[in-house]
Amino acid sequence: MIESVSKSTIIGLKEVDFAWHAKANLTIKSGNLCVEEHEHVFIRGASGSGKSTLLNIIGGIVTPQRGQVEIVGRDFCQLKELQRDRLRADHIGFIFQQFNLIPYLSILENVTLPCRFSKLRRANAIERSGSVVEEAVYLLSRLYSKGRLSFNRTTSELSVGQQQRVAAARALIGQPQLIIADEPTSSLDYDAREAFMALLFDEIKLSGSTLLYVSHDPTHQHLFDSVVDMSVINPHHELAL
Amino acid sequence: MNLRLLAKKSLKSRRPTALLTIFSIAMSVALLLGVEKVRVNAQSSFANTISGTDLIVGARSGSIQLLLYSVFRIGDATNNISFKSYQDIAQQKGVKWTIPISLGDSHRGFRVMGTSRDYFSVYQYGEKRTLEFAFGKQFEGVFDAVIGSEVANALNYAIGDKVIVSHGTGSASFAQHKDKPFIISGILKHTGTPVDRTLHVSLAGIEAMHVNWQGAVKKRKASKALTEANLQPESITAFLVGLDSKIASFKMQRYINEYKSEPLLAIFPGIALHELWNLMSVAEKALLIISMFVVLAALTGMLAVSLAGLNERRREVAILRSVGASHWHIMGLLITETVLLTIAGILLGLALLYLGIALAQPIIEKNYGLFIPVTAPNIRELGMVCVLLIASFIVGLVPAYRAYKNSLADGMSIRS
Repeated sequence: MIESVSKSTIIGLKEVDFAWHAKANLTIKSGNLCVEEHEHVFIRGASGSGKSTLLNIIGGIVTPQRGQVEIVGRDFCQLKELQRDRLRADHIGFIFQQFNLIPYLSILENVTLPCRFSKLRRANAIERSGSVVEEAVYLLSRLYSKGRLSFNRTTSELSVGQQQRVAAARALIGQPQLIIADEPTSSLDYDAREAFMALLFDEIKLSGSTLLYVSHDPTHQHLFDSVVDMSVINPHHELAL
Repeated sequence: MNLRLLAKKSLKSRRPTALLTIFSIAMSVALLLGVEKVRVNAQSSFANTISGTDLIVGARSGSIQLLLYSVFRIGDATNNISFKSYQDIAQQKGVKWTIPISLGDSHRGFRVMGTSRDYFSVYQYGEKRTLEFAFGKQFEGVFDAVIGSEVANALNYAIGDKVIVSHGTGSASFAQHKDKPFIISGILKHTGTPVDRTLHVSLAGIEAMHVNWQGAVKKRKASKALTEANLQPESITAFLVGLDSKIASFKMQRYINEYKSEPLLAIFPGIALHELWNLMSVAEKALLIISMFVVLAALTGMLAVSLAGLNERRREVAILRSVGASHWHIMGLLITETVLLTIAGILLGLALLYLGIALAQPIIEKNYGLFIPVTAPNIRELGMVCVLLIASFIVGLVPAYRAYKNSLADGMSIRS
């Protein structure tokens, strides 16, 4: 955690206030967070501590009522909505707790989805593997080392563990600078959880991305460069009921 | 970003509801365009009932009434006109031809019309088409008859068959001209006009039937021999007039309408047909409005299905947002889905329509004398399709806006 915003800062939040509605309580109050490039940060927080809201602010889905948000060197508050959408598409890969995949798309189509929205990530994928599909197959086969899977199948037959690997491949495709994982292992059993974390770290190290990992469960925090508690990021949080 | 691909896949994953929606739109499109096709063809077939005739002349009544009984064989004349007046007008300068029409008798529900032999060469319908014989020839003798194709088909008549004409125009008459049967000398080709339902005889034939009759009752005593010479009618019901020049028709109409010796009425068939069609256009418009409501119902159904499915798709929307989709993408996706469903519905509807026309064409022509050709959609029909597409776009805005509002409230926080 470095308070000053430097050139290599990937996420810089300063004195951020946010409420979902004009009349609602502030979910984030005087929020501060700074994440450097290539850093792997674990954010620990109980449910209701404003984790999801924080990720929505970092993703540029919502704009705070007050404060400064700098993501990959751009001031989010100065950008138009469409520009924030483009920035998110280009630079951020998300992995959620569960239900990460579009049910009507195949495994391969789910993985290549970000390249449909981001020219930058499409170009990165093509540069690395020759084509978007080949890059997706490469990522998937790394994540499924025992690979017995047809990537053209629909996602409905996949186990939750397999779905999370597909989600990780989708977050990683086109080498976005920032990977945000929101409790990605909480629906997995112990073995699958360990395997998934190992794979995720391998891939992140390989791609050189910054990782922001959010969880209420401290089991894996020793793997990270730094651990930040939500109570530090959002010290004056008024518990929203 | 290719939204169409996403929309297609999304629809494919909801195949049963998507197919039902497409089908309901298809049915409504087929109905709407079907009604339009029948309407247009009925109107043109109606306008084609008579052509090449400049004036129709009858006893003074209303123009539509005169048109109905002289051309459509519907209803009766209130009065006859004298044969003398007919001959007088027929000899006027500028008159090219005249065809006398004498009505009042029937044969098993079909009207009997007395006329001259010129009728078969001069009378025109459709695009200046004259009558043609399928079998036999025009009447020669007093008791020869020429029947229309529908009469021949319905009553299974052939050349040489004897027919007995009833007095009056009801289908079951007690006063029958049994003493003077007619012999069929010719059967006309199908025209799709009231000619098909008519039994044509000579004016002399009409006279001959009624010799020895007093009104509707047959006289006891039979008398003189029947030759064409002594069978000159005293009156006829109406007559058709062809002029040398169309420019003269207004002058001739005024001359006839102001005819001194008896009150006559001359009408332009085209104008009278138009007036008559306008009378019927209320029903035609009602039909069109009903089919428009069916289309509206189909669109509403599509909207209901789309809105009902929206809640289940919140997660999908959140995922798309997280990988970089903007609100415009989400709205575009939902609108694209609605428009794609409508396009599929329109295409299926057109297929159903043309299949339906192809199958029903012979049946409709046989039963209603209406020929509906398989032709490409005209401008008006294409216009209707375009309006439907625009409407589907507008309908698509509703779930799109709802999805936008949901996504504003949800952000990327996907709640299970």
